[in-house]
Amino acid sequence: MTDLAIHATGLTKSFGATQALAGVDLAARRGTVLGVLGPNGAGKTTAVRILATLLRPDSGSAVINGYDVLKQPEKVRASVGLTGQFASVDEDLTGTQNLVLIGQLLDLSARDAKLRAGELLEWFDLTEAANRVAKNYSGGMRRRLDLAASLVGRPSIIFLDEPTTGLDPAKREDMWDVVRSLVDDGSTVLLTTQYLEEADALADEITVIDHGRVIAHDTPHGLKRVVGGQRLTVRPTDTGRQDDVARLLRDISGRAAENEGRGALTVAVDGDTVLPEVVSRLSAAGIGVDELSLHLPSLDEVFFTLTGLRHDSPEEVVA
Amino acid sequence: MTATLTVREPRSATSAGPRPPQFRTIRHAVVLAKRNLIKITRTPEQLIDVTLQPIIFLLLFVYVFGGALGGGDRHEYLQFLLPGLLGQTIAMSSIAIGQNMNADIEKGVFDRFRSLPIARSAPLVGSVLAEFFRYLLLCVITIGFGYIMGFRITTNPLHLLAAVGVAICFALSFAWISVWVGMKVRTSGAVQGVMFLLVMPLSFGSNTFISASTMPGWLQAFVKVNPITQVVDVVRGLMIGGPVATPLGWTALWIAGLLGVFFPLAMRGYQRRT
Repeated sequence: MTDLAIHATGLTKSFGATQALAGVDLAARRGTVLGVLGPNGAGKTTAVRILATLLRPDSGSAVINGYDVLKQPEKVRASVGLTGQFASVDEDLTGTQNLVLIGQLLDLSARDAKLRAGELLEWFDLTEAANRVAKNYSGGMRRRLDLAASLVGRPSIIFLDEPTTGLDPAKREDMWDVVRSLVDDGSTVLLTTQYLEEADALADEITVIDHGRVIAHDTPHGLKRVVGGQRLTVRPTDTGRQDDVARLLRDISGRAAENEGRGALTVAVDGDTVLPEVVSRLSAAGIGVDELSLHLPSLDEVFFTLTGLRHDSPEEVVA
Repeated sequence: MTATLTVREPRSATSAGPRPPQFRTIRHAVVLAKRNLIKITRTPEQLIDVTLQPIIFLLLFVYVFGGALGGGDRHEYLQFLLPGLLGQTIAMSSIAIGQNMNADIEKGVFDRFRSLPIARSAPLVGSVLAEFFRYLLLCVITIGFGYIMGFRITTNPLHLLAAVGVAICFALSFAWISVWVGMKVRTSGAVQGVMFLLVMPLSFGSNTFISASTMPGWLQAFVKVNPITQVVDVVRGLMIGGPVATPLGWTALWIAGLLGVFFPLAMRGYQRRT
């Protein structure tokens, strides 16, 4: 058990009549990334807040870096860095002031805190904005400053609560690089996300939660095997030829295609040779397409496969 | 973001020397108080309640009501009013701290502090420490403007300093009520509403503006137990002469009582706030 940096069992938490967590187990080995995948309101943020000692669970236990979150919260706080879903930097302070403040609260001398702030600002490409008030930062810059703030104390365990939600794709890739380099340096990362693609790109293991319960736990590879790997989507230019496309997709994949709306048909496919085959068959049949893509299943499709139910996104329960 | 991000995290030789834990919390509170002061410089409008407000009250009560209230002698009324106003406006300006803390929590800034290995009381104590400077400013402005209008102390500068000290000490303990309310209610607007309900009767149902002897008996009873009356008596005694010892004793008791009740309540509210 000592090789587990994060180990939570049977966490429950209710807010009034709303049960945010109904018995969640989470485990991450040292130096790995645990992806926690789930829609809004699944309980991801509640779980992270419990692990970071910001909330007490109603029942269940959690051990972080060998310390119990309820019995040794101080030790836990000294081990973890937290980056929230809603960037919690102080808008009235400059980038440098934000980081120096955290450094001084972590008992660095004023000089060391300034040095550390400088390093982190450089690392996150914020040096030019160092003396600007965070209020005037863009969303992406704020997110980076928030992440930098959680790294001031060089925590061995880092919680990232939806670090890329709302970021444009290029910024998302940058954030992924940061996560990878943190893990290369030996940190353990717990990352919550709504995107299977993100969990697949970063996580060593993925826990899928929904309505406060774990509905799957596997490696990205294993999870994709369960939910059917890649999806192929084809949208013919001429909507009248949908039936032809459906027949063609059935031939190739051996599965019935689903109508996605907007005239697009999607089917789960195996193997890497599908795409060229589809292209040549479409061209042979003289079917023009507006859209042709191979992609990982969306969260919605993952849930459909795992639970057999279309996920009706519930109200955001806990911020 | 550019390619710099892919560079490995730099490792510099920063070290945290071991320091005695009892000083840690105080040091953290000072660091956090500095943060509040930086925030004030960003939005100086936050200082209206300790700068313009006492000036407006002085002008209003001396020139509009002063003639009637002071029996025709405005100067005499100013001498009576100013020490009282100091005690009253200082309690009034404690509303702001609860509002600010409520806003900080809503924005998630306090989540960051709570996730750090620092004492849970540090952010709260830091905020109250920063209030000290606001209250000091209020005293300087009130007394300074009063002097322009013709107010003069009849004691000595040391007594004046003592008066300011007592008023600020009382305000710093009274501020914990506002902090507690800030933890309990949902929005910063609600903090203002609740605190106003508390501060209005306390500040007007006192001997700030009018000697209690002109009031009906039942009101005199309220004025007598009102902590603001005690503070005003001390400040007035120290500035223009009069008995100080008894009201000072009561003020000290009130300060201890407010701290003893509302500091723990505020802490509990802070820890339970999700």
